[in-house]
Amino acid sequence: MSTNEQPALLEVRGLTKTFTATPALSEVDFTLYPGEVHAVLGENGAGKSTLIKVITGVYKRDAGTIRLNGKLIEPRSPGHAQELGISAVYQEINLIPTLSVAENLYVGRQPRFLGMVSMQLMNKKARKLLKTFNIDIDVTRDLSSYSIAIQQIVAIVRGVDLSAKILILDEPTSSLDRHEVETLFSVIRSLKEHGIGILLITHFLDQVYEISDRITVLRNGRKVGEHLTKELPRAKLISEMLGREFTETLGKRSNQITNGDSKQDTFLDIKGFAKRGMIEPFDLEIKKGEIVGLAGLLGSGRTEMGHLVFGINRSEKGEAFVEGKKVKISSPHKAIRYGFGLCPEDRKVEGLIADLTIRENIILALQAKLGWYRHIPYKRQEQYADEMIEALHIVTTDAEKPVRELSGGNQQKVILARWLVSNPELLILDEPTRGIDIGAHAEIINIIKRLAKEGKAMMVISSELAEVVDYSDRVVVLRDRKKLTELTGDEISEDAIMHAIAEK
Amino acid sequence: MKLVKFCLLLALMVTFVGAVNVKAQDGGEGLTIGFSQIGSESAWRTSFTDAVKAEAEARGINLLFSDAQQQQENQIAAMRAWIAQGDVDAIILAPVVESGWDDVLQEAQDAGIPVVIVDRNVDSDPSLYVTRVSSDFVHEGRLAAAWLVQATSGQCNIVELQGTVGSAAANDRMTGFKEVIALFPGMQIVASETGDFVRAQGKQVMESFLSSMDPSEICAVWAHNDDMAIGAIEAIKEAGLVPGQDILVVSVDAIPDIFDSLDAGEANATVELSPFMGGPAFDAVVATLNGEELPKWIPVAGKLYTSRAAYDADHQ
Amino acid sequence: MVEMEKQVLTPVNENKPQKATNFKWRNIFRGDNRALWTILALIIILFVDRMVSPTFFTVRMVNGRLTGSLINTLDGAAPIMLLSIGMTLVIATKGVDLSVGAVMAICAAVSAVLINRHEAGSDNILYYPGFVIAIAILVGALCGLWNGILVALFDIQPIIATLILMVAGRGIAQMITDGQSPTYTDETLAYMGQGTIFGMPFPVYVAAIALVVVYLLVRRTALGLLIESVGINAKASHYTGVNATVIKLFVYIISGICAAIAGLIVAGENTYADPHTAGLWSELDAIVAVVIGGTLLSGGRFSLVLSAMGALIIQSLRIGLYISDLHPNANLVVKAIVILLVLLLQSKEFKQAVGRLFKPVLKLRAVFK
Repeated sequence: MSTNEQPALLEVRGLTKTFTATPALSEVDFTLYPGEVHAVLGENGAGKSTLIKVITGVYKRDAGTIRLNGKLIEPRSPGHAQELGISAVYQEINLIPTLSVAENLYVGRQPRFLGMVSMQLMNKKARKLLKTFNIDIDVTRDLSSYSIAIQQIVAIVRGVDLSAKILILDEPTSSLDRHEVETLFSVIRSLKEHGIGILLITHFLDQVYEISDRITVLRNGRKVGEHLTKELPRAKLISEMLGREFTETLGKRSNQITNGDSKQDTFLDIKGFAKRGMIEPFDLEIKKGEIVGLAGLLGSGRTEMGHLVFGINRSEKGEAFVEGKKVKISSPHKAIRYGFGLCPEDRKVEGLIADLTIRENIILALQAKLGWYRHIPYKRQEQYADEMIEALHIVTTDAEKPVRELSGGNQQKVILARWLVSNPELLILDEPTRGIDIGAHAEIINIIKRLAKEGKAMMVISSELAEVVDYSDRVVVLRDRKKLTELTGDEISEDAIMHAIAEK
Repeated sequence: MKLVKFCLLLALMVTFVGAVNVKAQDGGEGLTIGFSQIGSESAWRTSFTDAVKAEAEARGINLLFSDAQQQQENQIAAMRAWIAQGDVDAIILAPVVESGWDDVLQEAQDAGIPVVIVDRNVDSDPSLYVTRVSSDFVHEGRLAAAWLVQATSGQCNIVELQGTVGSAAANDRMTGFKEVIALFPGMQIVASETGDFVRAQGKQVMESFLSSMDPSEICAVWAHNDDMAIGAIEAIKEAGLVPGQDILVVSVDAIPDIFDSLDAGEANATVELSPFMGGPAFDAVVATLNGEELPKWIPVAGKLYTSRAAYDADHQ
Repeated sequence: MVEMEKQVLTPVNENKPQKATNFKWRNIFRGDNRALWTILALIIILFVDRMVSPTFFTVRMVNGRLTGSLINTLDGAAPIMLLSIGMTLVIATKGVDLSVGAVMAICAAVSAVLINRHEAGSDNILYYPGFVIAIAILVGALCGLWNGILVALFDIQPIIATLILMVAGRGIAQMITDGQSPTYTDETLAYMGQGTIFGMPFPVYVAAIALVVVYLLVRRTALGLLIESVGINAKASHYTGVNATVIKLFVYIISGICAAIAGLIVAGENTYADPHTAGLWSELDAIVAVVIGGTLLSGGRFSLVLSAMGALIIQSLRIGLYISDLHPNANLVVKAIVILLVLLLQSKEFKQAVGRLFKPVLKLRAVFK
């Protein structure tokens, strides 16, 4: 950037990293100047974490150069990167909770007096060090007795004090409340004054505009733009992150509300559900036969909303009504009793029982709902499995194959089948089309539409805006763990969604 | 606080008086002796403890008893407490393991408190303790063999049920037994297997012997303890043979259960593993306090019994 | 046995017997299936036993009781088999039950102490043999419930949760017997360990019946599927509405009941209960039996029949060592080596490595041809 006269602190050029044939980063440039906060933004799979892992020596790069103060460097490990002057502080703090603050700051390099470790000297130094960041706390108390924000700050201060010139902060604010964020930001500001360059990764757009000087946007492993924060309108940032132009009218809506009658009955009505650190209070109503899309950037709270509705996390307040009757959704088991189903975002970890067969995976939810003593006869199980394999076009030789041997798209269909067999009234789908091939993609969207036509209430979480626009009767827009607005009927368009996310 | 100090003083005075009186008593009357026992892991161990307590009471000895519950730390802690309080004249130690006693034995010696080891051995330098009172396992093996030789006129195919592999009791009983039968060419061990000193395993091993050999060729079972012998008797009965007649049964320990078998004629002989080590141990304490030199090992020999009556006659 | 095998490898299906049979054979001979290797290992060990003792397979009838090494093997395997049945279910949920040996001791102690009161002339109906057996089994179930509560409700790691009872259990048993090893003469309780039906030892029937009952319980209901599902992926199972708490409580209770019955058998064999030695190290035998039977310690798919075979393998190995001329000092080493060989026989990686090793030899042979 021409505005910057100083020489760059960190210069990354043409960085490429490929994992088993899929490029995670291709030809990425990144420049960090002293005394600036440079935010790296992007959706899932954009390559943010790969970038910092290459810079800190966790991964070996395939191509490209990294220069620190003009000199070529080769970080071999996080420890080596730290020696070179690059420290990283991650979301989960790598400190020892049972040691005191001072001990955590100086562990492994305790100050000595006459050859002996001097607690007094150490505590004094620790107090002085924290004072420079305007933090005044009792350094002799256990780290665990302080809030996450203070712990995070101690981690940062330790990183900086270990000779850091560059500090990488990965989602530092994700578990902090507003006040704690303020404290953290004041520390970041004083670090800037010390001439330290900060690479910041975060999902919170408001915070990006509050603290950062410069923004680099990554998408699918490529750099799509670098801007000074003050020169970049929010709408432009979001369109870059999502890869959509505002002016274009994309994604013709196919699912127009035509038949009003069947969508009159409310299936689920939620009032004021919320959980601290996950999502702020929200209302949500879903009618029978209606598809409600949840749109928002990564970390906007869309998955959390699904989890609260399904009882994976218990709401701390608010009430829920199923067909007008008040219910308590305290666990997935309960939610299923009320006729809910959820296809999770992370298929492998949260969805599949990998070693069980396709048949067993398909009947599992229904069997769990029936209870262990009401065994579904084997013949019935086979019928369910065969029906579903045919109806959802699951590609397999037979139903007795372990489900782990299927492709991603077919695995997703098996999980869908699991819920279809249990015949839910409300189906929550979290990223149903992620990581599956194009053919299966279209099929799954067709299934979603068909289910709505059959009168099921559908709640679909997706980062594919075009997709959301295509099938939703209503779109709930979220940002920074807050429900912003709802778009209905003709209001729904990619433009409208992006504007809603960008709005201050 | 005052009361505590007063009591302490009183206790010290009492001990002092006791210490002065030491030499006068032959049986040890008035002595205070600490006894650190392993625990109460078996019936034999419990009877051993009871025998020591009874002996102390009979002699008018003030016995401080400490149950270590199988922990060496507990034994060391108890000994240190006794040494620190200085209120014992001697310590009797039944060690749970062999090693790791050097320091505490040295501390006792420095404090002038003699230590007598009973039952199991320690690997410390013998100068650190007065003597060791224990059963003579080799002798037990010899006794059993001698009885069997006599009962079978020196002609017998023996199956052996060994104790836990590597234990001193198993090794020494085997040694003693073999020493004797080696003198008689007609006596031989045709099968030998470990039953871990456990009744159920003794039965399983005997069952296997009876199945894999011609039972009529087996003349006697020699079991390293009564429990395995009782298990073997069960196995012999289940195989349709008469224990005590078709196959002789001889073992070691003299636990109460074996006398039921002796009464029924199903077992033939048992060698007593004497739990009565209190007497010799107290004698050793008195002797050493009187300045006498003692051998480093005082074996306690058990007798061989073939009936309950004979045993009862010896233990009034 | 063969009939059971069929059922475990083929999900139950009475309506389509044809398909079920096909499925079984394909499954047995599939490369990654361990069933074949477990059966093979058992056959090999039995034949080695036969070589060590020519009379190994000889069975004679003596006083209405079958005797012979083969019968001894079945008889001795019964307690391990019982433990391995419960252990299989526990391990399938990704747990482990280290306390079964101690629970055996507790239940043996309970039965001996209660029956002693009956023998001492007490008229209390609770001390009648039938009630004593029922109470001992109930105590086993309670021990299992305790483990289950620690694991399922308090989320303590199974190895630690059951270690507590493993350590404390023998102490509890000693407290029950007041430090003694009580003997009894009651014929009903003795029958548990010594009785025979048609000449076959009663414990063999008990183990077989337990196998059939538990098999039906988990395979004719959905329990088996739910157990496997919790063991393979607890999170996904939770999201699918599987109530893991109930499943875990269930498997630990079954394990406790199996241990109680095993304890009654071991006590009955010698009509006495020794809190120090009853069931000592049995938990390890049971775990090894389950592993030999192909159930992974990381949970998931399980086969009760193969675990029972694992128990038979362990016992035939033990009997083989008893009747061999090997010095007892070598027992543990030989046992370890054989178990290692059995596990290697099942390891796909090992077989591949051996295959690679022999490749040059085969090539060489081809050259000379």
